[in-house]
Amino acid sequence: MSTLDTTLETHSDEHHGPASGLGRWLFTTNHKDIGSMYLWFSLLMFLVGGSMALMIRAELFQPGLQLVEPGFFNQMTTMHGLIMVFGAVMPAFVGLANWMIPMMIGAPDMALPRMNNWSFWILPFAFAMLISTLFMTGGAPNFGWTFYAPLSTTYAPPSVTYFIFAIHMMGISSIMGAINIIATILNMRAPGMTMMKLPLFCWTWLITAFLLIAVMPVLAGVVTMMLMDIHFGTSFFDAGGGGDPVLFQHVFWFFGHPEVYIMILPAFGIISQIIPAFARKRLFGYASMVYATASIAILSFLVWAHHMFTVGIPLAGELFFMYATMLIAVPTGVKVFNWVATMFRGSMTFETPMLFALAFVVLFTIGGFSGLMLAIAPVDFQYHDTYFVVAHFHYVLVPGAVFAIMAGVYYWLPKWTGHMLDERMGRFHFWLSFIGVNITFFPMHFIGLAGMPRRIPDYALQFADFNMVASVGAFLFGLSQLTFVWNVIACVRGGRKAEARAWEGAEGLEWEVPSPAPYHTFAEPPKLPESLR
Amino acid sequence: MGLRIIKTIGSGVGLALLAPASLRAEWGLNLTPGVTDVSRSVYDLHMTIFWICVAIALVVFGVMFWSIFHHRKSRGAKAHHFHENTLVEVIWTLIPVLILVGMAVPATATLIKMYDPSEAELDVQITGYQWKWRYDYLDHELSFFSNMSTPRGQITNVAEKQENYLLEVDRHLVLPVDTKIRFLLTANDVIHSWWVPALAVKKDAIPGFINEAWTIIDEPGIYRGQCAELCGQDHGFMPIVVEAVSKEDFDVWLMAARAEKEAQVQAAERSWTLDELMQQGEQVYLQACAACHLPSGEGVPGAFPALKGSPVALGDVSAHIDIVLNGKAGTAMQAFRDQLSTVQLAAVITYERNAWGNSLGEAVSPAQISRLLQSADGEGEQ
Ligand code: HEM
Ligand SMILES: [Cu+2]
Repeated sequence: MSTLDTTLETHSDEHHGPASGLGRWLFTTNHKDIGSMYLWFSLLMFLVGGSMALMIRAELFQPGLQLVEPGFFNQMTTMHGLIMVFGAVMPAFVGLANWMIPMMIGAPDMALPRMNNWSFWILPFAFAMLISTLFMTGGAPNFGWTFYAPLSTTYAPPSVTYFIFAIHMMGISSIMGAINIIATILNMRAPGMTMMKLPLFCWTWLITAFLLIAVMPVLAGVVTMMLMDIHFGTSFFDAGGGGDPVLFQHVFWFFGHPEVYIMILPAFGIISQIIPAFARKRLFGYASMVYATASIAILSFLVWAHHMFTVGIPLAGELFFMYATMLIAVPTGVKVFNWVATMFRGSMTFETPMLFALAFVVLFTIGGFSGLMLAIAPVDFQYHDTYFVVAHFHYVLVPGAVFAIMAGVYYWLPKWTGHMLDERMGRFHFWLSFIGVNITFFPMHFIGLAGMPRRIPDYALQFADFNMVASVGAFLFGLSQLTFVWNVIACVRGGRKAEARAWEGAEGLEWEVPSPAPYHTFAEPPKLPESLR
Repeated sequence: MGLRIIKTIGSGVGLALLAPASLRAEWGLNLTPGVTDVSRSVYDLHMTIFWICVAIALVVFGVMFWSIFHHRKSRGAKAHHFHENTLVEVIWTLIPVLILVGMAVPATATLIKMYDPSEAELDVQITGYQWKWRYDYLDHELSFFSNMSTPRGQITNVAEKQENYLLEVDRHLVLPVDTKIRFLLTANDVIHSWWVPALAVKKDAIPGFINEAWTIIDEPGIYRGQCAELCGQDHGFMPIVVEAVSKEDFDVWLMAARAEKEAQVQAAERSWTLDELMQQGEQVYLQACAACHLPSGEGVPGAFPALKGSPVALGDVSAHIDIVLNGKAGTAMQAFRDQLSTVQLAAVITYERNAWGNSLGEAVSPAQISRLLQSADGEGEQ
């Protein structure tokens, strides 16, 4: 009882520091605490999902079945995908948003702090439920992260019901997080912070939040339809009862395609903060960056069937989705050109955050090129569901989204902890990751083109060499992430004292407050610095 | 081992960059040009788009690395403050649009070619099953299943893997060359996807729906492919083998296949001993049942029931026959009545009732099964 009392007391007094003990974390409404919890949670999920990936790569090291049974292999690919998408990448972005958006726009906290607490605390329960399915009879979900019906309905293991509820909980969490971010950005900006002065990280998140609100209910809808098919005798996806398995794919990808942009737009935002800081030059084409982000978001609702070119869509449909998908390359290209133009005639230095940002630009662009190739419907007939697709989406997600998150963490760590990170360790982590990621995923282009389907536990002999290379790369990449964990912990615990403006070229409100940022920032609306006026 | 990996990486990178096209094909680095007009168009399109991407990459990364090298602070570079230029923005929006139009034109032409629905000379229905394919030659009253034939020992690493490891089947899909063939695709349980790279045909086989695809094969040969849509546990073990032969050889093959079918019917009529049935039953069991119920008959708890000591395998024989013939709706247990011959059905049921200590000592005779099948067909017709 007494601990609860103190919690309430310190809370009522704005200028005190955090409460102590577990209560601080359970009941906190502070955007910095919640941001930290999101980020730690995401790191944990990254390691869990990563271990599953290593299990997959270990099995694929050589042809033949060595370590796991095909049924368990399918559970691993499924859980790996779900955990990485919903547990690692998305929560990391929400964590960064929580930490940085209020500080970037001069707000004292998020607009809806109690809901903020809720949206985080739902997640550990959702993932505990999801991961517990591994120990159930019949095993965990084994139908891929895209869970196509009827494999995920009529033919699913009993644990699919828990999977459905876990997805519902993640969806609720995401929607609450998105509402909070929209309310914060629209209502809590400091005087003079007009929309066209918003840092790009805030812009990209604002647009992402609208995407989330638009498509998470669609995901909830499709899993609910599954639940009805499984338990209540409906036949949405069962042709035997007049339903249509392809309907599932339409609904899923209407969620799924915007979802892939949910996983990349905030990354664009982070990169757009970091490159100008280390090129010591303002972002080139700010306005066109905003418009490009918005057009990508709008187009993302019109291209879902490019994941379904082989399901038997009429010619006119194939052409429409092909053209629409190709169109997305235009605003994406504009973004890349703007980043390059920002570097052009700048004054560049290459600290760890910048190294990750530069790798992002190159490797994400490679993923964009393979995306463009996949968009060409007649050729996609050959690429679809092969390792070429696996290579494509890992290039946009790992050296894309994940590198951007790491760049962001390294960039803002001094602000969070008050310490500079150990540059040598940071560079070590960067180079190991950069080499590892390419050894892992580049050969997958070749095995895909040579004809290896995805999601198989064993393969024909002609794919053996590159699979071995990819597995070696995966272990290199996976193990090198331990240096990341080490780096972050070391930086939390100590290090050279960081200044308010930890990086010479960094601009923005977050660099006007001391490092580490006080528990409560901007109780009074700040005056905008020169660069923002 | 370490050396082998280094060699592999080294030669991989080297080959990717420099090797002539023929070597690349051997190493399986690139798409196959295939053996149909459509597959060659697809290949050309793939290479065109690839080189366009390479060209764009060279320009963009070229400028980027030029800046990284020359505009670095350590070389004394001072930042120039420019951050907007509408003309530049318009140019680098329009140029990509033009490039994309240039890609869309041949892409559209190829797609239209793929969708040519003109009259076909041969219709083959392809049905995906967990985890095998069934081929019906619709105009020739011929149908059969095609199962992976790689022995289990090669998969579990006790036997040496042979050249076509995982890409070999017990019965090839035999097709004539220079003939317009229409594939009608569907599935019995979950979604599968029938893919043969050399034909550039990949089409989903969806339960309850029929998809169409076409091909005209130019050259006789053996073309291998795999199921491309995750379809459950043994998704990785349902290969496709197309054997393209001349039109004359195709006719000869058709006759032989039908004669073989006739012989099977005859075989069902003679009497079989328990031993004979057990022997054949074991083979059938390992090929058709063991994937789920396991070679030991112990099943997988929660997913696939055990047969060893099970009430069905030890109980009333007609219930046992019924579930093997007709499957169990809503589960992975399929109806095997059309998948196996009468003799095979009798043999495998006999085997299940007498293996792993299920020693009932009774044989289920092919004649008994064929009576059941006939009476069921009769009912269907009334
Ligand atoms: C230039 C931009 C892009 C284009 C044109 C593009 C195009 C495509 C196409 C056509 C496919 C379907 C391939 C197939 O299954 O046959 C695909 C798959 C995929 N893409 Fe992209 N993409 C782009 C960017 C991205 C980004 C930014 C992300 C995420 C950060 C992403 C994530 C994915 C994922 C996860 C899949 C695979 C889904 C699955 O089947 O499991 N893509 N992309
Ligand atoms: Cu299949």
